Amino acid sequence: MTAHPPAAAPAPDALALERSPPGLVRRFTQGDLASLRVVVGLAVIWIIFEIQNDRFLSAVNLTNLMLQITATGLISVGVVYVLLLGEIDLSVGAVSGLAAAVMAVLNVKHGWNPYLAIVAGVLTGTAIGLAQGALFTRFGIPSFVVTLAGLLAWQGALLYVLGETGTINLTDPKITGLANTFYPPAVGWVFALVVIGAYAAGTLGGWRRRRAAGLADQQVGGLVVRLAVVAAAVLAVVAILNSDRGVPLAVLILIAFVAGMQYVAGRTRFGRHVFAVGGNAEAARRAAIRINRVRVAGFAIAGSMAAIGGILAASRLLAVNQSSGGSDLLLLAIAGPVIAGTSLFGGRGSVWSALLGALVIGSISNGMDLLALESSVKFMVTGAVLLAAVIIDAIARQQRQAAGRV
Amino acid sequence: MTANGALLALRDVVKRFGPVQALGGVDFEVRAGEVVGLVGDNGAGKSTLVKTISGIYEPDEGEFFFDGEPVTIRGPNDASALGIATVYQDLALCDNLDVVANLFLGTELVAAGPPGLARQLNETAMEHRSHELLEQLAVSIPSVRAEVGTMSGGQRQQVAVARSLLGEPKVVLLDEPTAALGVAQTAQVLDLIKRLRERGLGIVVISHNLADVFEVTDRIFVLRLGRAAGDFDVRGTTQEEVVAAITGAEFGGREDDGAAAGDPRERAPQGPR
Repeated sequence: MTAHPPAAAPAPDALALERSPPGLVRRFTQGDLASLRVVVGLAVIWIIFEIQNDRFLSAVNLTNLMLQITATGLISVGVVYVLLLGEIDLSVGAVSGLAAAVMAVLNVKHGWNPYLAIVAGVLTGTAIGLAQGALFTRFGIPSFVVTLAGLLAWQGALLYVLGETGTINLTDPKITGLANTFYPPAVGWVFALVVIGAYAAGTLGGWRRRRAAGLADQQVGGLVVRLAVVAAAVLAVVAILNSDRGVPLAVLILIAFVAGMQYVAGRTRFGRHVFAVGGNAEAARRAAIRINRVRVAGFAIAGSMAAIGGILAASRLLAVNQSSGGSDLLLLAIAGPVIAGTSLFGGRGSVWSALLGALVIGSISNGMDLLALESSVKFMVTGAVLLAAVIIDAIARQQRQAAGRV
Repeated sequence: MTANGALLALRDVVKRFGPVQALGGVDFEVRAGEVVGLVGDNGAGKSTLVKTISGIYEPDEGEFFFDGEPVTIRGPNDASALGIATVYQDLALCDNLDVVANLFLGTELVAAGPPGLARQLNETAMEHRSHELLEQLAVSIPSVRAEVGTMSGGQRQQVAVARSLLGEPKVVLLDEPTAALGVAQTAQVLDLIKRLRERGLGIVVISHNLADVFEVTDRIFVLRLGRAAGDFDVRGTTQEEVVAAITGAEFGGREDDGAAAGDPRERAPQGPR
């Protein structure tokens, strides 16, 4: 195999332009580097809160922050798939509550094995997602309406499942342990090394395969910098968590799902089809992609992840009650990925945005709690941040169109 | 075996939509290394004919021969299995995906490994093959990793055509390949069509633009009201004759009349080159 002449190979000039300062500014503003934009925004938020209250960036508070975002973040992972398809799922909050209630009833009232109860809870979410996806594709009802009906129906189902008491306290250590287990420092460091090692192996392996195929257009320097940044970030997070109670199991669960579902979205055929359906469903259909199957699968993922998030939330609360999965959970789970650059118009975004977005929203909420602001202010500020993020997304879209980049 | 060795031949094809007869007994054929222009006024049956060939419509009557063998086409998959590829007018590309992803959309290569969802896309192999293909076709794009949405109409149309060639087809149907393109971009696409001919493919081009048709085709097949209204060798034919066949005017009718009766997108006919 040989290197390819410029005819079809990436033109070096174009790449150099992309990496030049004006090119970087353009990519920053037009959304190619949306996640970097969010990281900068997150840093600004953290600095502001740290100036206001120096406990904000303490290990205790950052650990609390991580625990606070796990449920929302897990739900958002599923929401990302639905958003990538260009659809919306308004039922994820209600599904998370119902799934947790199913688990709680089976475990507490019927004495099921905790793991079986958890699986049953997750499968409840999967089944609901499949059903809503099937209704959406079979009858061509807008997903907005199907899942709005779901939102109401599953809230009712939650009340029905909980029965007259309205609250079920969770006592099984296997279930409460999900959100309340902390690993000793050594385990945390091993975890950090495994993550860094896996990332390095994946990156360098890909680079070597590309070079062997004569496609080495990536600069080694860039790879090394990226690797160093990721390694530093992982080590910093583990160091902070270790200096408080240790790495929480819940955070590991969140990161594992984000990484795994990012792999599915970015590296597998199914993930490619999700992007294709969200970008141009007709083109995907003509390419013999079974678009309705992809859509149903997307909704099934959203339902499953909602259930997993709901179970984590219940584990953290040590109970399931009538307001589980209610309140602002749904809207925050959708707002998170959107704030972090997943487009509401479909076909653009990443699963990482679920984590980043949950961090942004969680930081705002956590920081304002530390400042003892009232929830009226919290809601308004969160709303303003969401609006700002969506406006930035819309502007990026307009600029892409103006530049002939639809 | 058909007498003249056509790659694809249709005999007496009839297609009705309820009481409307869209195709009323059409004979049509393409040979290897031949570009056939399929022209006709709106509603003449061009799209119906192409969709019948590509398996989207099933004909009510008529026979198909591919490489001389009688075949039946009952769906798009039958057509592509035979080696018939279609490039649609409205560029069936995903703007949010890069060139490699678009070229392999629906036929992605995956790495060896456990079956099912977890199997990883083989991006390296797809990118390598994309380079090869685009290089063979002399398609010039900024990068195979650029999003298709960032490209010009001509580049996108070339990607769409290249995409149809991944399955190694023998016949390529192009529906209005130059309809939305500027002059320079049209030239790029016409050049690409000529290169496909050199590769020995049989090519059918639907177009409203007679200038383009005269530039790139070897033969012009005219449909009028669902029936063949003329089959011209490009050499020794004038645009006036073709326009007359399209509109059903007596030979020698003024070409302006033909243009006015045509699609509003149609450009004013020019003299043969």
